This record gives sequence, structure tokens and C-alpha cells, in this order.
Amino acid sequence: MHHALTLAGETLHALASGALYLPGHQTLVVSDLHFGKSERMARLGGPLLPPYETRATLARLDAEIAARSPATVICLGDSFDDLAALHGLDPEDRLWLIRLMAGRDWIWVEGNHDAGPPDIGGTHRATVQIGPLTLRHIADPRQMAEVSGHYHPKAQLAGRFRPCFLADAQRVILPAFGTYTGGLRSTDAALTTLMQPRALAILTGPRALAIPMPR
Amino acid sequence: MTLLPLALSHWFAAQGWTLHPHQMAMLDRADAPATLLIAPTGGGKTLAGFLPTLAEVAGGHAGLHTLYISPLKALTADIRRNLRRPVEGAALPIRIEDRTGDTTYTQRRRQRADPPHILLTTPESLALLLSYEDAPRMFAGLERVIIDEIHALAESKRGDQLSLLVARLQSLRPGLRLVGLSATVEDPPALARFLAPDTQILIADPGPDPDIAMLDTSLPPPWAGGGGRYAIADVLAQVKRHRTTLIFHNTRAQCELFFHDLWAQNDDNLPIGIHHGSLAREQRERVEAAMTAGALRAIVCTGSLDLGLDWGDVDLVIQVGAPKNVKRLVQRIGRANHRYNAPSKALLVPANRFEVVECQAALDAVRAHTLDGEPRGPGPRDVLCQHILLAACAGPFDADDLYTEVTRAGPYAALTRPDFDACLDFTATGGYALRAYDRWQRLMQTAGKWHLRDPRAAAVIRQNLGTIIDVETLKVRLKNRTGGMPLGEIEESFASTLTPGDTFLMGGQVVRYEGLRDMTVEVSRTAGRDPKVAVFNGSKFATSTLLTHRILEIFQQDTWPDLPAHTASWLSLQREVSRLPDPHSLLLESFPHDGREHLVVYGFAGRNGQQTLGLLLTKQMEALGLAPLGFVATDYATLIWGLEPVTDPAPLFDPQTLRDGLEVWLAGNAVMKRTFRASAIIAGLIERSHQGRRKSGRQATFTSDILYDTLRKYDADHLMLHITREEALRGLVDFARIEDLLARVGPRIHLTRLPRVSPLAAPLFLEPGKIPVHGLGRDRLATDAARQLMRDAGLD
Repeated sequence: MHHALTLAGETLHALASGALYLPGHQTLVVSDLHFGKSERMARLGGPLLPPYETRATLARLDAEIAARSPATVICLGDSFDDLAALHGLDPEDRLWLIRLMAGRDWIWVEGNHDAGPPDIGGTHRATVQIGPLTLRHIADPRQMAEVSGHYHPKAQLAGRFRPCFLADAQRVILPAFGTYTGGLRSTDAALTTLMQPRALAILTGPRALAIPMPR
Repeated sequence: MTLLPLALSHWFAAQGWTLHPHQMAMLDRADAPATLLIAPTGGGKTLAGFLPTLAEVAGGHAGLHTLYISPLKALTADIRRNLRRPVEGAALPIRIEDRTGDTTYTQRRRQRADPPHILLTTPESLALLLSYEDAPRMFAGLERVIIDEIHALAESKRGDQLSLLVARLQSLRPGLRLVGLSATVEDPPALARFLAPDTQILIADPGPDPDIAMLDTSLPPPWAGGGGRYAIADVLAQVKRHRTTLIFHNTRAQCELFFHDLWAQNDDNLPIGIHHGSLAREQRERVEAAMTAGALRAIVCTGSLDLGLDWGDVDLVIQVGAPKNVKRLVQRIGRANHRYNAPSKALLVPANRFEVVECQAALDAVRAHTLDGEPRGPGPRDVLCQHILLAACAGPFDADDLYTEVTRAGPYAALTRPDFDACLDFTATGGYALRAYDRWQRLMQTAGKWHLRDPRAAAVIRQNLGTIIDVETLKVRLKNRTGGMPLGEIEESFASTLTPGDTFLMGGQVVRYEGLRDMTVEVSRTAGRDPKVAVFNGSKFATSTLLTHRILEIFQQDTWPDLPAHTASWLSLQREVSRLPDPHSLLLESFPHDGREHLVVYGFAGRNGQQTLGLLLTKQMEALGLAPLGFVATDYATLIWGLEPVTDPAPLFDPQTLRDGLEVWLAGNAVMKRTFRASAIIAGLIERSHQGRRKSGRQATFTSDILYDTLRKYDADHLMLHITREEALRGLVDFARIEDLLARVGPRIHLTRLPRVSPLAAPLFLEPGKIPVHGLGRDRLATDAARQLMRDAGLD
């Protein structure tokens, strides 16, 4: 179940999983995967969290790729919790990622957590242009027709917060796809100033649900 | 026998004080390695605990001599004042200081370098002291440890932690003497074992029996609900007739509602205040000061006044709502008349008809001197994990030595070595099946000793010490230009249900929700009388096993001369049209009502147990095609409604089926996730969310639910999941009470089919807290809500 959006004449499917699909370009976009988060926290002397978030995220990504067989996958920044996290990946998780990358164009857009090309193949870019759309990690308020991530937006419906897309006529912001990620409420000033008054929040979960963006 | 310093004896004599026999006895036993003193409130038990210390320090002592630990910060300050009077009066060279979370940084540093003779503190502050490398020096001369209100501490994880801390103190200082001070408890030997294996028990004269009765009210109590607001006029009449009255409530919400309505009827403007744990500290301190000054005629309060502060003037305690637990009732009654050897006076106000019977059962129990209490079970392992981290902060340790030390603590006496090793492995490596952290272990072993890999981690561990897990709350302030007066705090989950314009009760006044700013709820005063939104949820205690048994016995009487006529005739009618529940069988009633089929299960398993029963039974009814739609649980019964009648109850109550249901249902339930969060914080898997961090970094933090789900999926056998299950079973799930019920009734399950609602079942329909049963229902609700929002906004 997805919610169909139109941005600069392009059709975008906001998927219930939190991924964005561009049917006209056979392109799947996911943002803020934060692979290796638990390993990074442990390295910095923090708590030893269950080290399974990378495979949990890969499992969900694998399901979306299997369902749509995209020609291109774009990871919209903060794909790794930091560049060293890539080297800390469990060998099995690393193999799984390489298997998913095989046979398709894979683009790593640079985020604030993972500046620099990851040493695992694919293409590394600051921004990506697809037709009229510009894809980058952090939204640029002046930019039109933009797809971005970074903020991990979440919104509340029926007493419960869920990660969500934010969409208006100018831009779409993706929720975080990574398993160990929190969210920023859509009511936060950083988001209410960025989004137009009639923006939508599309909640993820069992199905994609659009509501007026809570402000 | 230890003698009091002459100056102190003289000072006592000048005050006209004579020592009570148990105070003398404590002096006699000053050399005993461990003593438990059980004395009623007002019996001077704190002074009894300190007398040997005063005698010994007056004779000369360098450094820390006695450590006093109490569960309340307020109590440490109070004791310091009380203790200084005789010490200064007799001009004894004794330095007394307290140390809590409120003590300034400079003061705390100085105390570590140059400790006083007597240090008054809390378990949490002691944990912090013991986590420093200089702890051995600070406690080098320690002679005595006094644990006040040990009965209250021993019922919680704070007590489990304290027992480990005391074991550690004993390692630092072999020969240390321990004293526990307790109110009346049901099982003194168990409490003695909690303190130390060889504890002597000293029981003071309990004083005269309390003068206790049910309040005669002009109106009968309502059929259901809580709060006792029907009795406000009668309560006010009692307040007028007494000097000072404490009016206890079981929850903060009921406390607020009662206080608000009481003032509406307080035509004489009697000075009456409110006190509960969600009010701002400034507010509480103002009420406490007014109380001490004798300026108040009554305080409407919750358990926040169960302990501590000795107010000599209280001459009446009113308990509103069923006491749920006889021991707590007896301790509350003790708050009236803090003079030893005078009977305390107390009145019970049942909030509904069922509670009339429960209050009668409680009165009978108090008069018969029987107390309730469930055995605590072995010390929880999440607390042990935290203690291992604490040990590592203090310096490198040997696992064998630490194991020996830990098993000296009462609650951990039966801890096996493999269980200890599993906890050690968890703190060191995370204990995961996937050994991911070989390079980044938290604890490492060098030359046989365990130590922190990164010494900087000690700061984080220290910040997270303690076993009190607060629900996430937000501060409430009056909105104005200068920031506004703090009123108290509300649970974040409650705050999230508010929209601007909603009104709710806080500190007895109706306030209007204006908005959220910097993680603070801003409100304004409003003229409205009726708050729109119910107040925050408080914790709900379950009625004790002892009380439920006594209620079932009352049901077996032929007539009920002790009960008010309205309640006696209600029970007679139930006996006529159906039957009354009894101790040896399980009564079920089924009847149609309002187009739905209903089933009532009179299990008397306590609120949590009946709730779990409701979840398990509806799960099975769903599987059997009986289409349950929802249920509601009280301490006594569960009412289930659905589309099909239950005709054969036996398969529903098969113990094995219920246990299997528990395994399946339990794991994914919200109760488990809440329990997991608490245990994960205590064990050091996740850090406490500090107000400041929540404010700045919403993106960086993710919920503990995600960790729980991930663990269950990828590492089902992990230690934290075992701990969570164990904690939930003895806590919120309370499956033990269901097991008790099944053992008690055996195959004797009686289903009575009735044409309509029975008298006993009728009040259940008025109970709040109905729980819907739906698989896909919740999704459907969300979809409908989303569609409506889009339509309203003109966006569809």
C-alpha cells in the first residue's frame, strides 16, 4: 500500500515501509539507513546495544527491492552511522549488502554522518538529478522540486507517533529507513518553517496514511 | 551495656524525656552485628537507632562513624534537624550532615575528603559514593549503618540495590554493625534475613489498638467508580471536629478530583491543602511548612505522605477508597497521633459498594492483627548488572570476590554462579549470540581483574545509577512573560493527548492547556469549573490476597449485621438471583445485555491478575469463534462482552492452555515493553532520558520498543528478555495470582446462566478502563481518522 504524490510532474510512491519509489525511473530511494549504529556507539564507549539493526534494516530493504526490482537504488545520506562503521559491519551483513547492490545502479548520496565515498562500491554523489527532481541529504529551503532526508520526521495519529514523509508542492522529505532511528516531530520549528501550509504527512506503518501535516 | 554520655542524660532529663524500653534495649545491644527494631510510628525508633552512635562518638571518633539511609530525601533533612537538637543541647562534639541529590557539588566534594561523624543519605546517593575509587578511604572508620523505614525499602528494587551496597560496605569494613528500623510487618524474620543472616529482632510495644471504623455517610456510596466524592460533606464535618486530618487517596487523580470538589463545598473556608508526588517541589514544601506551623486543618494526599515528617498534631486519618493492603493501612493509621501510647484514630471511606465489603474485611484484619504481604522473591538480575558496573567504576575487581560479596546480600543469597557469570558477561560484552563487540567490550579482564575498557565510561554509568524509573514527565507552568510559576508535572503520554483549550486539574485548580514550549507544558488559569480531560493516571495497587480471601469469607455469612443496610441487601439479592462467590470454587455468570453476550469471571485475583485473565480469555474466545469485543477488569472480577455466549467454560480455564496463551500473548504485549524499558535502564543497556537530552536530540534517540522487538527477533534467548519476562510475571502481569486462583478452585468452575445482569455484576458496567479487543480494528480506526482529517482540511 502506497500513497501517490506528484512533484514537478513526476509521480512518486510513498511506500508504507518508508521508502520512496519513482515508477517512471524504476528508482527506489531510501534515506538515513544508519548502518552500523550499534557498533559506533560501542566504539565511543556507549552502551552495548543489540548488534542486529543492520540486518534488520537490510531485511526490510531486501523486501522492497524484491518487490519492485528497481534498476536504481539511491541511499539519500547517513547510510552509515560513520565511515568507520562500514569496516565494523559483520561479514554476513556486508555480504548481504553487496548481494543487494549487484546488478543495479547503486548511488550513495553523502550525508552529514558519512562524508566521503564508502569503500564498498556503488557511486558516491553530493546530489542526484532525476529529470526535474534534485535529490540531496539535507533540504535546501530555496530549492524547488527537491527530495531529501536527514530530519527523520514523525507525526502523531490516534495517540501514536509514526515515522512519516512530509510532502508539499515544492519538496518531499523522507522518513528514516534505518531500524535504530528516532524521529523529529513534524511540529518542530525546523520542519514547520520548511514546509508549506498545506503540506501532508504520510505516515508509515502497516499502510501509508496521509494526513494534513500536524503543526 | 553502652552508657549515654552524662551531658546527654542531663539534657534528656531537662526536657522531661525518659527513654522507652526499646530505646534502652538498643543501647544494651549496641555491639550486636545486626539488629532489626520493629516499632510503631511515634515510638522514637530513629532516636533508638542513633543512641549507640551518640554514645560512641561522644567518646571520640575520627571520621565517618555512622551512615544513616532513608528512602526519602525529605526525611534525611528532617532527621538532621531532629538529631541536632539533643546533640547541640548537650554540646556533644558530633558533626551531622546529609547528602542527597540536592546537596551542592562543593559540599559533596568536601564530604568525600572530610566526612562528618554521621552522614544521612539515600540508597541512590550511597550508590554514587561507593562508585568512586576513594570509597575505601571514606568508609575506613565506619562503625554502624542505620537503615530507616527498611520495611518500605525492602519491597522495591531500591532495597535490593541497598542490600548489595551494604554487602560492599561490609567488604570495605568487616565487623560493621547494621541496624534496621521498621514499622509493623507481617514477617519479621524475612525482613531480618534481608538485613543480614544473623540479625536479632527487637519488637517494641506496639501500643494500644487503633480506634478505627467506617465513616457513616449521609449518602450511600455509588455502585462503581472511585474517589469517594459522595462523602465530602461527611468528611468536612470530621475535619471540623478534629485538630488536623490527613485524607489519604490511592491515586493522584482521585486526590486532585476530591480536593477540587471539597473546596467547592468548603463553606467555612477551612484551611485545607493538597500534597502528592506530581506537584512541584515548591508547592509541596509550602504545604509541608504550613502543616508544621499548624496552619492547616487537613491535607488531601497520596502515599507521598506515607513516610517521614513527624507531625505531632495529626489526630485523624481518613482513608478514601479501599485500602487494598492491610499493612499499608496500618502504617497510614499510625500517622494519626504521633504520640506513643495513645490510640490512633482512623476512618475508612469506601468509594463504591464493593469497597464497603473490602473496607469491612480490612477492619476485621486490623482488629485481628493480621497483616498481608507477598514474599519478594530472589533479587532481580537487572539490579545486579548495575551493581557490577558500579563495582567496575570503583576499580578493578576479581569476579570470585565480587560473587562472594553479592551472595552476602539477603536477596542474592541464593544466586548461582552461572547466573552471576551471565550478568557479568552481559555487562562486559552485551551477552549477545552474535559476538559483535570483541573490540569494544565495556569491561575487560587484565591479569585476572575486570575493569572498564574506557575509564571515561564511568561518568555515564554514575549518571545512570539507581533503580527508580520515572515515567517520562513534562513540567507544567503558568504561562506569563517571566516564565511562570511551576505547578507540577504530568506524564508525557497524557500531555500528548492535550490540544490547546483543553482543561484539566492540577494542584486542585482547573487550568487550560495553552501549548508546549521547550518541553514545558504552559497553562493558564481558567474560570471553568469542570475540567474537560481526566487527570493523569496514577499507579494502581492490586488488592492483596489476604483481603480478597477475607472478602470471600464475608460472602459466606448468612447475614451481614456489620455491613451498612444498603450493602447487606445488595448481597442478599445477589444470593437470591444467582450466587455469591466463595473461596473454594470459581463463579462465572453469563447473561445477555444490551444486544451483547456477557461473561463475568469472579476470580478475585487482584486488578493486574484479572486484567491478564481478561487478555488470555478473550484471546481464546477469539480462537473459539465467540467474537469477544472487549473487557474490563477490577480487583475482583473481569467482565467480557462479545457476540456469542460462553456455554462450556472448562476449556477456557485449562491451566496449561492459559500458560501457553501467556507465552504467546505475553511477548508482544505493551506491558512487556514497559517492563523491558525499566529493566534495560537499570541494567545499563540504555541510558536514562534526561530532560536536557530529550529537548535537544529527538532524532538521536529511538524508543526502547525498537530494541525489544529487535532482540526478540534476532536473539530470543538473551539475558534481558529473561529478566523482562521474570519481572513482568511478578509485576504487571501478576500471573502468580492466576496460578493461585486455579490451584484454589481446582475443577470447581460454576457457570450460572442468567436472563439478565446480576446485582454483583451491575457495577462492573460502570467501571472505567474498558479494553477493546480487536485484531485489525486499530488499523481501521486509524484509517477512518485519517480520512476524516483529510476531509476536514479539504485535502481529499
